[in-house]
Amino acid sequence: MKVRIKFTKYGAMRFLGHLDVMRYFQKLLRRAKIPMRYSEGFHPHQILSFAQPLGLGLASEAEYADIEITEPVASEEALRRLREASAEGIDIVSFCRLPDDAKGAMSIVAGADYRVRFTGRFLERAASGADGPFTLADWDGFLASEKIVTVKKTKKGEAELDIRPFIYESRAESADTVFLRLAAGSETNIKPELVIGAFLGPRGLEITPGDLFITRLELYAAGPDGGLVSLESFGEEIAGEAGGTAAGA
Amino acid sequence: MRRLALSDEILLNIEKPARYIGGEINSVMKDRAQVDLRFAFCFPDNYEIGMSHLGIQILYDMFNQLEGVWCERVFSPWPDLDRIMRREHIPLFALESQDPVKDFDFLGFTLQYEMCYTNVLQALDLAQVPINAADRGPGDPIVIGGGPCTYNPEPLADFFDLFYIGEGETQYEALFDAYRANRRAGGSREDFLLRAARIPGMYVPAFYDVTYHEDGTVREIRPNRPGVPARVRKEVEMSISDTYYPEKPVVPTMKVIQDRVTLEIQRGCIRGCRFCQAGMIYRPVRERSLEYLKDKARKMIESTGHEEITLSSLSSSDYSQLEPLINWLMEEYGSQQINISLPSLRIDAFSLDVMSKVQDIKKSSLTFAPEAGTQRLRDVINKGLTEDEILAGAREAFLGGWTRVKLYFMLGLPTETEEDQLGIPELSNRIAALYYDTVPKEKRTGRVQVTASSSFFVPKPFTPFQWAQMLPKEEYLERARRVNRSMHEQLNHKSLSYQWHEADVTVLEGVLARGDRRLCEVLRRVYARGQFFEAWSEFFDLDVWLEEMAACGLSADFYTRRERAADEVFPWDVIDAGVSKAFLRREWERAMAGVVTPNCRQKCSGCGAAAFGGGVCFESKD
Repeated sequence: MKVRIKFTKYGAMRFLGHLDVMRYFQKLLRRAKIPMRYSEGFHPHQILSFAQPLGLGLASEAEYADIEITEPVASEEALRRLREASAEGIDIVSFCRLPDDAKGAMSIVAGADYRVRFTGRFLERAASGADGPFTLADWDGFLASEKIVTVKKTKKGEAELDIRPFIYESRAESADTVFLRLAAGSETNIKPELVIGAFLGPRGLEITPGDLFITRLELYAAGPDGGLVSLESFGEEIAGEAGGTAAGA
Repeated sequence: MRRLALSDEILLNIEKPARYIGGEINSVMKDRAQVDLRFAFCFPDNYEIGMSHLGIQILYDMFNQLEGVWCERVFSPWPDLDRIMRREHIPLFALESQDPVKDFDFLGFTLQYEMCYTNVLQALDLAQVPINAADRGPGDPIVIGGGPCTYNPEPLADFFDLFYIGEGETQYEALFDAYRANRRAGGSREDFLLRAARIPGMYVPAFYDVTYHEDGTVREIRPNRPGVPARVRKEVEMSISDTYYPEKPVVPTMKVIQDRVTLEIQRGCIRGCRFCQAGMIYRPVRERSLEYLKDKARKMIESTGHEEITLSSLSSSDYSQLEPLINWLMEEYGSQQINISLPSLRIDAFSLDVMSKVQDIKKSSLTFAPEAGTQRLRDVINKGLTEDEILAGAREAFLGGWTRVKLYFMLGLPTETEEDQLGIPELSNRIAALYYDTVPKEKRTGRVQVTASSSFFVPKPFTPFQWAQMLPKEEYLERARRVNRSMHEQLNHKSLSYQWHEADVTVLEGVLARGDRRLCEVLRRVYARGQFFEAWSEFFDLDVWLEEMAACGLSADFYTRRERAADEVFPWDVIDAGVSKAFLRREWERAMAGVVTPNCRQKCSGCGAAAFGGGVCFESKD
């Protein structure tokens, strides 16, 4: 049975790299006694994959892991066990069955929502700059540009890229916070830092690590009508049997 | 939510920030208001190395079970973070609370190898605790050291308030009680240390004066306070199956060297190899009961989620319950996708059968540690492994499908000749030839690979070789090159490879292992020149040490190149490791005569460890 797990990442756990998160889940799933399906071969490993790596230092309200299990566990029971076995900084949000023919989260990611907050550190530095206090007042003007050309690092070096088509939605939410809905996934993945950099560049500002506090809010796949649907929406809750589940600890 | 000591900006500007954030599964958080004794436990190397160490897990678990005690972990900040902490005056912090360790009651260091000594100074310095014990005041933590290097703690004597000699399970509670009693009584730092010095196993270096002969050797080590013992006897946990052992070891979140459940099946070793310090200082051999180990294994696997379990001991094949234990592990976990890893097994029919079940033969290799190239030299070092045994084990393994063999040797052993050195390539070649003789052509799956590697021998305190002289650096390298040349001349040279270690580290280890208190000044000066993380070759520079030794009127040769006199007083004679100097001297003389000594199960050699009243010394011998 295919299952999609949604989880959050915050606090100190923001500094775990993608591979560490994978290792964390391998052990978490064992501690929680989730009946994992394993690959064949001399060194079997859990069938476990993740939707989209999250940059170091970013928080997230919507990370996804897909697993396969050998027997059903009620969502409620699985959540209880996973939460009991997890550490502060990674909370398990949902545990839902996927249709058997569902594609893996990794292959269907098409978009992501982010909230970007400029930290006090950045605001102070910007305020002392020559161009006066930093403001997001002209964010809409920035979005109104026909083209937003940035330099994106690629495997071969650097390439110019117009990112405007990949900013699906955006608004300044407050004096120091921006909402972004961006293209994500294996084809085109736009990092929020790239968009912010494009906004700041012409204003003579740049960002360094620690200037932005970024939270990923949701991950999406392409919907049937060309829109975006959340990865969570593919799953459905696994009901418990009366008197508890067979796999209950 | 826990607050981190380092800002996002810093964490995003350093390598592997996960080293510094704590919060791992099974790490222990306590309410600051509910504890009255805070212990910062430092492994003076990076997180990945420190978290792979069993001892820290045992003591961390034990301390946190004690009422009112909160033990937290500290590791050496990597040079990238070190620079930032100095620049921004960020004090060294503990992983759990992220609080500065300077505010703790105790700062403990586990001393596992000499090359981490400058990291101890780095940690004290970053912690903003005075490096010298003599400069510390009422607000500073008590700095305590433990681990194998404390069997000669003298090169670190100036930096520690006290050393705990021996196994940690037995006396920490008494030490903490003394600390609290002294605090209640309003006693000074010195008052506490006087109380501590009366507890078995506690060595307070400031309470001993060392005088020297004109030739630089020690004349006398004498207590300078009343009530302080003339010698400090090591502590031993004799109730090995009824003592602290973690059931919920901390699970590192980032990748570390040993990322698995470790089951310590016994302490000590019956073999008595004459070069091996662990084989002497952990006497007597004490085995843990099967029931104890099964119980701990179950609990640790459940609480960690680890995918691998390994057995830890100096010589697992000598554990009398090995077969039932391994059979149980395979039965219990074979179907649960848990890897069973079996280090330090003697290669025989049983171990090959087990290994074929738990490992992929194509990928795994057989390991032998002959340590020396000829039987003569193996007799000198009392390594009870004969060439016939190695070849018989290899033959059986080749028939079972193995094609990779690893051989471990030492170079620079006492009495070693050119013939002994050339014995290394010759033995390697014979093993390779045996493969071609044993496995018919149609059954071969490629070439056999024999990998020999050698380290240079460093004499350690409390071994029969503590009297031995070492060689000049160039001579070590010459011997390695000789072995290497001969490897290439062997008939099966295409199946052989050879690796050897750098000799610079060997020289310094030799100085520190058998060094005295006068080296404290050298350590201070070397550290002041920016040296630390010297266990990492990219940060180690022997010349700095040699220069600073010269500046202090000392020479490396004094510590390494002398064969010590039979009656020389050693700096570590203040420690009583349980094995008598008379026994070690007898063993030295037998070594020089090439006479082997039976192991503890065959015949008692009267080393002195029987005085601890248990273990192998009281098993029936048959």
